[in-house]
Amino acid sequence: MNRPEAMIEISGLRFAHGGGPPVFDGFSCSLRRGETWTVIGPSGCGKTTLLYLIAGLNHPQGGKIRVGGQPLSRPRPATGLVLQDHGLLPWATVLDNTCLGLKIRRFYGPDGRHSPDNHLSDQKREEERVRYWLNWLKIDHLAAMYPAQLSRGQRQRAAIARTLVMEPDLLLMDEPFSALDAPIREDLQNVMKTFHGQSGLTLFTVTHDIEEAVTLGEKILILSASVNTEATIVDNQQFHNGTSRQSPAFLERCVQLKELLSDQAGRR
Amino acid sequence: MRKKTSLTDALVGILMFFILWQVAAMLLHRDILPSPLTVAPIFCRGMLGKLGLHFLASTGRVLAAVLLALLFAVPLGLALGQTPKLDRIVAPLIAIIYPIPKIVFLPVIYVLIGISDFSKILLIAIILFFQILVVVRDQAAGLRKELFLSVRSLGAGRRALFRYVYLPASISAVLTALRLSVGTAVAVLFIAEQSLTDYGLGYYIVVETYQVLMYPEMYAGILGMAVMGVALYFLIYAIELKVGKHLFVE
Repeated sequence: MNRPEAMIEISGLRFAHGGGPPVFDGFSCSLRRGETWTVIGPSGCGKTTLLYLIAGLNHPQGGKIRVGGQPLSRPRPATGLVLQDHGLLPWATVLDNTCLGLKIRRFYGPDGRHSPDNHLSDQKREEERVRYWLNWLKIDHLAAMYPAQLSRGQRQRAAIARTLVMEPDLLLMDEPFSALDAPIREDLQNVMKTFHGQSGLTLFTVTHDIEEAVTLGEKILILSASVNTEATIVDNQQFHNGTSRQSPAFLERCVQLKELLSDQAGRR
Repeated sequence: MRKKTSLTDALVGILMFFILWQVAAMLLHRDILPSPLTVAPIFCRGMLGKLGLHFLASTGRVLAAVLLALLFAVPLGLALGQTPKLDRIVAPLIAIIYPIPKIVFLPVIYVLIGISDFSKILLIAIILFFQILVVVRDQAAGLRKELFLSVRSLGAGRRALFRYVYLPASISAVLTALRLSVGTAVAVLFIAEQSLTDYGLGYYIVVETYQVLMYPEMYAGILGMAVMGVALYFLIYAIELKVGKHLFVE
């Protein structure tokens, strides 16, 4: 398979909500395959907008977005999405929710639009995969439960399982853990970090939490509340060292980010 | 979370009902309230004969009306729920028509459509239509944006969204609306059947028995109507329990 270096290429992006001022204008940025990025910025800076653009759920008004070497026109089957609100079907069990994406693929067949065109449905392998990820995320004992019966952290784990079962090559997360209590949030951040280490998947996480940005991002993209014309990127060496959240290096990075963010807010 | 009505609850309820009936019959001691012990044999014999035909006619009308209402209310409700612009235009009209007791349109329907089975069915269908329409619309409008985004990100287009989101989301709401409105439907049926037909429990109760003072037979008819209402209610409830398991978990 052709493996281009760049997983996400954004060039000259322009986007505005409704008739408002543009959030992005001539914005360019590029993510390499296997990198893990976090995006941080004040609310209304376009973090989520950028994520939806990359997901193919919003469409740019100017410029180009290429994902996996292909120009983007609609949600891409190999892109996984995890939102703050887990988006689980309330009437389906954890197991059924986890299988949802696979069912949708089977529903359409390998048409290249809704599912990868080389996708052949192998029920037995898919069931094993579902079991594997439920197990890996430690929610296999909850398979028969409904979302309303789970804790928030468990729901988010189920949402992640549902996405990973699809074997994505890019995982987009929009404030995935911000509704969770601190210990559970840190727990899941570590789970995702381990996951990234094992899988080498490209990870793109939107957050408003500085610690989360430093924990999950080897590159941290900072957006400003006014129009974004160029990418401000902090190279976060921290990520590879596996340093604890109490280490001076970690705290120093957090302070640095905080300063950068207040600069961005001041630029309005 | 809702509370389940168990089979035992239902049986105990039925038993209590008959005991109360028997006690009341003994206290009143008049022809107008015969004992269930008198009525039950007449009911059982009747159901195998003429009363059974009346029963089938009534049940058929209700079921036809349910189908007719579903056929129009569900697609329209989904469309309104997902198209806020359209809903804003139509909502005031629905809000006004919704509380009007539709039975008052009976003469109008008779004149416009003619005196037929269909006009009775149509009347009941109109009543159910608005109940289902409003519930399906609200249910479809209440689905969260995040739900659609994440299901779309799993590859779902329009057809899959309908199959995996809209349909299951509305089905339990439809059943609840049906269950709660089936009582009204049967009541309206009773009135609609009192005239201009030869079959139906309403006709049997009022014309064939009450007007000729055959009280035990009349009660057999009333029992038939009750059985129909209760059976429909619990049938829908059973389907609800099956498809809406998530609403009944502890």
